[in-house]
Amino acid sequence: MGANDIIRVENLAVVYGEDHVLDGVSFTVNKGEIFIIVGGSGSGKSTLMRHMTGLEAPAGGNIFIGDTDIAASGSKDFSATLKRIGVLFQAGALLGSMTVAENVALPISEFSGLPAEAVAAMVQIKLSLVGLECYGEHLPSEISGGMKKRAGLARALALNPDILFLDEPSAGLDPVTAAEIDQLILHINQTLGTTIIIVTHDLDSIFAVGQRAIMLGRESGHIIARGAPADLRDHDPNPEVRRFFTRKPPDT
Amino acid sequence: MKPNPPFEKPLLEVRQDEENTLNVILQGPADISTAPALIRQLSASVPPNQTIQQVKVDFARVTRLDDYGAMVVLRLVQILKLNHDQLSFVNLAPEHEKTLALVDFGQPDCRIPSHKSGNLIIRLGDATISVFQGGTLFVEFIGAMVFSLMRVLKRPQSFRANDAITYMKTTGVDALPVVGLISFLLGLIMAFMSSLQLSQFGANLYVASLVSLAMVSELGPIMTAIVVAGRSGSAYAAEISTMKISEEIDALVVMGFDPNLFLVLPRVVAAMVVVPILTVFAGIFAVAGGLVIGVLMLSLSPGAYIQQSLEALSLFEVMWGFSKSVVFALLIALTGCFRGLQARGGAAAVGSAATSAVVTSIFLIILFDSVFAIIRSYW
Ligand SMILES: Nc1ncnc2c1ncn2[C@@H]1O[C@H](COP(=O)(O)OP(=O)(O)OP(=O)(O)O)[C@@H](O)[C@H]1O
Ligand SMILES: [Mg+2]
Repeated sequence: MGANDIIRVENLAVVYGEDHVLDGVSFTVNKGEIFIIVGGSGSGKSTLMRHMTGLEAPAGGNIFIGDTDIAASGSKDFSATLKRIGVLFQAGALLGSMTVAENVALPISEFSGLPAEAVAAMVQIKLSLVGLECYGEHLPSEISGGMKKRAGLARALALNPDILFLDEPSAGLDPVTAAEIDQLILHINQTLGTTIIIVTHDLDSIFAVGQRAIMLGRESGHIIARGAPADLRDHDPNPEVRRFFTRKPPDT
Repeated sequence: MKPNPPFEKPLLEVRQDEENTLNVILQGPADISTAPALIRQLSASVPPNQTIQQVKVDFARVTRLDDYGAMVVLRLVQILKLNHDQLSFVNLAPEHEKTLALVDFGQPDCRIPSHKSGNLIIRLGDATISVFQGGTLFVEFIGAMVFSLMRVLKRPQSFRANDAITYMKTTGVDALPVVGLISFLLGLIMAFMSSLQLSQFGANLYVASLVSLAMVSELGPIMTAIVVAGRSGSAYAAEISTMKISEEIDALVVMGFDPNLFLVLPRVVAAMVVVPILTVFAGIFAVAGGLVIGVLMLSLSPGAYIQQSLEALSLFEVMWGFSKSVVFALLIALTGCFRGLQARGGAAAVGSAATSAVVTSIFLIILFDSVFAIIRSYW
């Protein structure tokens, strides 16, 4: 593997029943970059992310995080690799029986070795990063959808992971909060050198934070474009790709 | 937690130069890997001194800083009970400044009232009120059911018959093995235990009457109802509460559907059809269980045993057991659905809906069984 890449996906194939959702998908993510995955609704972005985090085993192909084959889960390196990654799920995935603060405290108190007061202070810091410092005592069922998203982000950031997977971080957020989340993503990337993989449809945030992007095709299951977002918008040979990045319907 | 290592590399230095100013000099990395050691060293070296008015944190020798390092500074402020304007940073590199800029070293200024409930007495009061409200809501729910029923009678095609048939299968057919097994063993045990007593009087034959009478009019309906409450009452509550917390029921309402008609009525009808049938099977299996004892241990002939079993039963007894089981079925389905519709919150609400559905319906089954006993004694 190259010196620079931290994630390598080789020939990934995902099949649900008869449906070839992903087929021959290969790409690498460099250490410390912000990598964007786009594609139409139902093109398999969340599915790709579930495979990259080892939640599902692929029908074919390999996925390496560092030198660990994430598909061969159960290996000893696998759980060590899991501690290096943070994941924000599409719907937040907070534990419903715990308060927002307890959700964020869970990984911190389990893995950081800090005493209780320090964990509480850390939770306060993480919650204020996402603007939820006043909602620590609320249950997930008592906050809005966008707030759940932000609380999930705080939990994904809890242990300052090396690699951060974000599934639609700005979906359901107002433009101002979404821009703040973009700033936060850039800040984390710059100060901690975190590699960040983002699934998103939000064009503003793609151009604000994205360094490289891949686009998944809706029918083929292949990668139909790859490169810097602005290049894809302006110079990609495929009109479908240019339309995606300029938000234009066909025939205009 | 790991014991403190005997010698830990010092990561901070604390000096109190002037009267009430504390100088804290961080050295080396101040990040997630060193935060536990930093916190330990901090609490060991900071004097619990109330006269300190000013803290200066020196970052000159910090090699790496993340928000865990910032947390150590926040803890320092918290331990000394200072305000953030009593805190100052010196020798701050630009990239460290960026990290610290995101951390609020003061108390968060929250105007949002916490949802946390108050002290014990308030919570006791809340719980009492919600018990009574639960009762009122149940009455309202029954009323709404009557209206839904009337609507169905006016427009029979609005009844979801396919759903009802599915529930008949899951509630009735699928429960047959377990109901059959339990009743068979119950009949067996009853016959065995009673034969120990009755054989002393040479009244072996009356074992058959005892088993059939007890099972058909009393134990059969109750046992079946309890099994169905555990199997299906809980399932109704879990299904409906899951739909409730994921806003599926709200979606039905805004589409103009009546959730009672859509979700509750098919389940109630299905239960009221299949539970009495299950009860009949329970009686038959119990008699079969008793028959095994009668033939193998009491040397009765199968013909005589069955003859005696049937003679003990009047049509009234059979109908009595039958009508009880209809009422029990109604109770199970209504409480299951009601608890499901009441659910609020997250995944835990589904669990507590299922639990309380089973507990409530078993309680109601026993309660109504006593009501039946009282009615019968004044018959
Ligand atoms: N567990 C599953 N079983 C069967 N098919 C599935 C499953 N999960 C996903 N799919 C299919 O895989 C495809 C991709 O789904 P996925 O959730 O990855 O889409 P997505 O790109 O994340 O879409 P969106 O932007 O709407 O979130 C869809 O066509 C979906 O039907
Ligand atoms: Mg998705």
